[in-house]
Amino acid sequence: MRGHGTYNTESGKCAASVAGVVERVNKLISVRSLHARYNGEVGDLVIGRITEVSHRRWKVDINSRQDAVLLLSAINLPGGIQRRKTDADELQMRKFFSEGDLLVAEVQGHFQDVPQALVQRCKTHFHTLPYGVDLALGLNGYIWVSKQTTQSSKDQDSDAIYSNDNEEIDQERREAIARVCNSINALSRHFLHINDTTIKLAYEASLHFPVKDLLKLDVMEAITSEVKAGIR
Amino acid sequence: MSRLELIGPQGLRNDGRRVQELRKINCKPSVLSQADGSAYIEQGNTKCLAAVYGPREARTKAQVLHNRANINVEISLAPFCMSERKKRSKSDKRILEIASAVKQTFETIIKTELFARSQIDIYLQILQFDGGTIQICINAATLALIDAGIPMVDYVCACSAGCIDDEPVLDLNYVEESHDTPELTVALLPKTGKITLLQMESRLHVDKFQSVMEMATVGCKKIYNILDDVVRENVKNLLEKKK
Repeated sequence: MRGHGTYNTESGKCAASVAGVVERVNKLISVRSLHARYNGEVGDLVIGRITEVSHRRWKVDINSRQDAVLLLSAINLPGGIQRRKTDADELQMRKFFSEGDLLVAEVQGHFQDVPQALVQRCKTHFHTLPYGVDLALGLNGYIWVSKQTTQSSKDQDSDAIYSNDNEEIDQERREAIARVCNSINALSRHFLHINDTTIKLAYEASLHFPVKDLLKLDVMEAITSEVKAGIR
Repeated sequence: MSRLELIGPQGLRNDGRRVQELRKINCKPSVLSQADGSAYIEQGNTKCLAAVYGPREARTKAQVLHNRANINVEISLAPFCMSERKKRSKSDKRILEIASAVKQTFETIIKTELFARSQIDIYLQILQFDGGTIQICINAATLALIDAGIPMVDYVCACSAGCIDDEPVLDLNYVEESHDTPELTVALLPKTGKITLLQMESRLHVDKFQSVMEMATVGCKKIYNILDDVVRENVKNLLEKKK
């Protein structure tokens, strides 16, 4: 049976249409390419950026072959009220999300983009690293790194979910966020899997260097080789 | 007439090749980190950089095709690519023609029906020019598309051949091209041998056509072997790193 990344030739044979790895599930044969764009699947966690606010919906860039659609009816209203969305809500849509919203929030957290093949499906995609940094790994290859939020602040009223008011982040925390991002960058440059273990290993390896040096190629090399040794 | 002798007495051409010899090909996929797929390729002194973005959301409503992806090809020549420094506009008719030839070639090869309402952008930059623009553009785009993981029916390999002093000659360089040599560019699918592009802008005797065409076809197959090796090597490397 033909799966993704294959096609039938004129002679009726099954041939690969992309360069990658063959995967077999019983009789289904598919070829997964290593650099392809993200392909959505039910239940995936992704991170997006609002590109357009239109009639009762938002368009969201999720690194896929098309922009995703987020319907007004799909979101929770502030205060957790359950009711049909009215025209008044439609007019307020920009209060919830407006164009480029991720950009605004980058002060609180950093946004890092890696090849999506490197992020694996696992039980949890939200991690809290011991350095006071929160991490959300999107399966589409987008990663959200932010200051650790305490449980109590998460529980506050849902008005805050849509807020663009950002808290202060101190110097130390900023450096930790930058260090995590640069570690992820190094991992992705060297095509290593990205999960909480590898990120922790890379972070610890990076402690020998100042943050700004982490973007140097030889430093990346040193960090990733230490990660490789750590995994084995 | 003081015509430059293009094939010397020993049967060597002005750059030291024999008539049926290709120029040295050097290529590397995944050279750019921002693009979805990219490739750098050198054929002798002609050098080209290709970047592929997409499939992604179409930028304007007019570009949306409801049943397949829209392919957009842009070629630019660097101001320093020829011996004379000159800024060339993107709307140069010559360049636009090559771009449309590349676009037509790939429209049939890429499985566009899988990506309805999306857009695939191919950007080609010629860094150094020494003849054979179309062929290097097609070869670079093939490599970059494969790197981007875009489903294609087959590789597309292009090669040129000409006829100098009644003798068929493979892979013309700029000196040979500019001496009124009839030049035939062939792009084909190496697995099936189907021809997707055949272009000639000057006159060639019909008796010679067959041999020139055969020579170009053999050149395409050689180029295919080189590209295929590079692609396999690259995928193996990436898998190795991931382990």
